[in-house]
Amino acid sequence: MSLNIPLMSDLAAEEKTPEYLFWVGCAGSYDSRYQRVTRAFVQILQSLNIDFAVLGPEESCTGDPAKRAGNEFLFQMMAMQNIEVMNMYQVKKIITACPHCFNTLKNEYPSLGGKYDVVHHSTFLQSLINAGKIKMKEGGSFKGKKITYHDSCYLGRANNIYEAPRSVLEALDADLAEMKRCRTKGLCCGAGGAQMFKDAEKGDKEVNVERSEEAIATGASTIAVACPFCMTMMSDGVKHFEKENEIKVLDLAEIVAEEMEN
Amino acid sequence: MLSKILFFLVLVAGAGLFAFQIWRIRKNVLLGRPDDRSDRPIERLRQMALVAFGQQKMFKRWLPASLHAIIYVSFLIINIEVLEIVIDGLTGSHRVLGFLGPIYDGLMWLNEILAVLVIVACMLLLARRQIMKVKRFQGIEMSESKGLIRRRNYSHIDAAIILYTEIILMLALLLFNTADVSLHNMQGLEMAGAFPISGWLAGMHILGTNEASLHFMEGTGWWVHIVGILAFLNYLPISKHFHIMAAFPNVYYSNTGLQPKGKLNNLSSVTEEMKAVLDPEYQPVEDPNAPKRFGARDVTDLSWKSLLDAYSCTECGRCTSVCPANQTGKKLSPRKVVMDVRDRLEEIQKFKLSVDEEGTVVAGESKVAGAEEAAAHTLLSDYYVSTEELNACTTCNACVEACPVNIDQLSIIVDLRRHLVMEDSNMPEAWMSMSNNIENSGNPWGMPTASRFDWAND
Repeated sequence: MSLNIPLMSDLAAEEKTPEYLFWVGCAGSYDSRYQRVTRAFVQILQSLNIDFAVLGPEESCTGDPAKRAGNEFLFQMMAMQNIEVMNMYQVKKIITACPHCFNTLKNEYPSLGGKYDVVHHSTFLQSLINAGKIKMKEGGSFKGKKITYHDSCYLGRANNIYEAPRSVLEALDADLAEMKRCRTKGLCCGAGGAQMFKDAEKGDKEVNVERSEEAIATGASTIAVACPFCMTMMSDGVKHFEKENEIKVLDLAEIVAEEMEN
Repeated sequence: MLSKILFFLVLVAGAGLFAFQIWRIRKNVLLGRPDDRSDRPIERLRQMALVAFGQQKMFKRWLPASLHAIIYVSFLIINIEVLEIVIDGLTGSHRVLGFLGPIYDGLMWLNEILAVLVIVACMLLLARRQIMKVKRFQGIEMSESKGLIRRRNYSHIDAAIILYTEIILMLALLLFNTADVSLHNMQGLEMAGAFPISGWLAGMHILGTNEASLHFMEGTGWWVHIVGILAFLNYLPISKHFHIMAAFPNVYYSNTGLQPKGKLNNLSSVTEEMKAVLDPEYQPVEDPNAPKRFGARDVTDLSWKSLLDAYSCTECGRCTSVCPANQTGKKLSPRKVVMDVRDRLEEIQKFKLSVDEEGTVVAGESKVAGAEEAAAHTLLSDYYVSTEELNACTTCNACVEACPVNIDQLSIIVDLRRHLVMEDSNMPEAWMSMSNNIENSGNPWGMPTASRFDWAND
């Protein structure tokens, strides 16, 4: 089944420019778990008739993990190629579900010639809820249930986005339980700075185990995340404690897609 | 007259030595690379008012913040008294600011109350460190001695010197005041100022009623206080306590509160090369000041701001205590990285090393014994910051967020990583394949480019 996602190249052939570019990111494109988030988010966009398109095969890694690992050459190469593609399509506004892509596109592309209005999907969903465009179902399945939100470093400390994901969850009428370390003090999942793509250095504990322990201690039945790397790390952490049957790790987009009125 | 001359000489020596020390540190900070921070002065002033002057970030931990605030407020107010002491000492006057009347009364009153609170606060802080052994004050950088310039285990000695000195200074002040009030009481004289603590102590004749001995104790208290302050002033530049000075410019010049913390700088030297790679027609702009290498191998490759960061650190360990890598037993400790930068700078100065045209630290003309060996200790080496430490960082910014004086530990770590990867090709194998995958397939896993859009088709 095809989802009928418009491609920038197809629209350009018809001389159309969509309002938004949805930047899917590598995890959203290839990681089988995060593909489900991509589809959920697209479902929301389509149900609200939001004018968007994706780059498809013309999209590449933003260069974030390369830059953080120290490979500035590779980062700038990726950035310049991506900027060339986006400027060719006259991209003005970008939405993305990945905080790492979000941070790089928003903060590190402008001085290389890529100036866009970049929004993370948590902020985008919050604004749709606030504008009344997304309405949650009456008696949704999260009502009164405990949810905890794990702050992504690249949304929180990196870009001061703490409240948008929380206000999305509050719209569910759920019982939002905070972990001991949250917001500015939120503990990393362990995957940032290109750690996602290598084994951890020698130590006495995995960071994601430490973090998942804290999330499980809240007694929440759902751990909400807003980042593909956090998704992987927290899911692995929950599995480490053999709690995957009781505790679900879900992205904001999946929760909203499930709970919104159509 | 003799005491006036003596005081003048002590004052000039103390101030002169301090000026020399500031010049010495400034010279070290300027070993760093240029980094323009002259933008947004109003925002920077605001940031300095809130974070440095207002101690905004300290109050995330209320107990140490409160104890710290007592000492800090006392320090600010005592400066007014030091001014009076200097005038009195030079002119032979007695409590020259007494003419301020009720304002003077209020200041003296507050000073006495704060003096007692400072003594209590210092004792509690000593207890936290020496009896309770708070975890934040432990770690390899606090205990291990590798023969570095400033011994690592010096941190605790340093802290004890600072706290005991503050207690002694306050006791000297109270001694001076109590003897002074006692003398005035005995002679039935009016006295400027309000002295709740020493008035009470004098009322109990705690220092006795012998006029000669009271004069002696008054003089002792006064001299110990002012000589102690001048000595302490000169101890600052060789101590972590230098943060009381460096914090202000450091916060002013920091970008922490001015831009998203997730934003890393883009190396312009790389941009020029990259443009030339992507477009053969492009003529790269020749910058005579461009760094001779990518990333940082030594302190001379870091921004001057990172070097000021190092002198602003008071080794409190808030950064390390929130570092996910450190908290799960990895070798990385952001505090150690910052201390290493400072120790390396001090080493360069101590051994009179110089910097060659390539920006490399060399023994050069130095005749100091061990200069050759010292020159070889680059910042990026197992002697200071090791590859294992750098590779453990998740760039989560918890350290940057936690630092009360806006030190940017992450910039140092990333600059060192850049050198590892771009100059030494030294990276974990997994990062090597990640880089190859990104370059060849446009994603870190090496999945085929053509299947990037497959998520939309099933």
